[in-house]
Amino acid sequence: MTEPATTAVDILHAPVLLSALEKCLLNEYQRGFPLCASPYAEIGRQLGVSETEVIDTLRSLQQRGLISRVGPVFNPNRAGASTLAAMAVPEARLDAVAALVSACAEVNHNYEREHHFNLWFVVTAPDAARVRAVLDEIETQSGITVLDLPLERSFYIDLGFPLWC
Amino acid sequence: MNAVLHPRPCRVDAIDRQIIMAVQAGLPLVEQPWDAVAEQLGLDPDEVLERVAAMQAHGIIRRIGAVPNHYALGYRANGMSVWNVPDAMVAELGKRVGELEFVSHCYERPRHLPLWPYNLFAMVHGHNRDEVEAGVKEIASMLHGACRGHEVLYSTRILKKTGLRLQG
Repeated sequence: MTEPATTAVDILHAPVLLSALEKCLLNEYQRGFPLCASPYAEIGRQLGVSETEVIDTLRSLQQRGLISRVGPVFNPNRAGASTLAAMAVPEARLDAVAALVSACAEVNHNYEREHHFNLWFVVTAPDAARVRAVLDEIETQSGITVLDLPLERSFYIDLGFPLWC
Repeated sequence: MNAVLHPRPCRVDAIDRQIIMAVQAGLPLVEQPWDAVAEQLGLDPDEVLERVAAMQAHGIIRRIGAVPNHYALGYRANGMSVWNVPDAMVAELGKRVGELEFVSHCYERPRHLPLWPYNLFAMVHGHNRDEVEAGVKEIASMLHGACRGHEVLYSTRILKKTGLRLQG
């Protein structure tokens, strides 16, 4: 399958120019992708454009890094176990500890944030024991306490994110 | 109340797991993407579609569609706002915060006293920090007297970001 765009896309000062079809695909199809054999043809029917136009436009959005992928967004707590973890890493060690964390296959997000707790990452694994083992391993290797902040309750109904409201 | 209480245990079987691993990095942009997934896995395309529909019905799949890269699209500022509210009120308050348009995730998480007093997390997005600050102010006025402290943690570097990756 195609690899998602990485965060290496740096268009910090470039305006994002989008066609009407691009805006529509970005805003109206964050959810509700047709579950049928030819979904791009179905989207084309809904929008009055060709299947090829839909596929080419999505491909272009992906190549420009404006969408990371087209497909299902999984709920990690239903498909396995996950947690949000935080560490307070001394500035001088931040790059090394961040690299240690990112090297774990179970880590799918790793952010530096402006705070005493400056390293925040999400660990996802098939079960809770494996999640705990990954946190223990990071703690042992770094010698730094890891805060384990698992989701207890979600108040968020994922409707996608309105981009032009 | 739409909040998800105590996520149910894993309901996916080995074949579901294969499908998740095949599509979590994205569907192929070809005319029959599910057929391509089915072929790769040696499954019947109808079975793949049925299983995907079932996973969506059970909440294992949240949504299916284009996954925008907010940063590349100009939403450059994201602040993780964290709030200390009474446990007895977190459900009611969390629901109201989660309904705000600029909030992309809103979760209750455990405190770790004395290091970490916050139990409500709301991710606030904006084109810049001013927009994020305005959103945080709106949450603060909504929580009003119930809030015993809050902070906003801005991300300064994305060190790793991939979709959900289940390991085989």
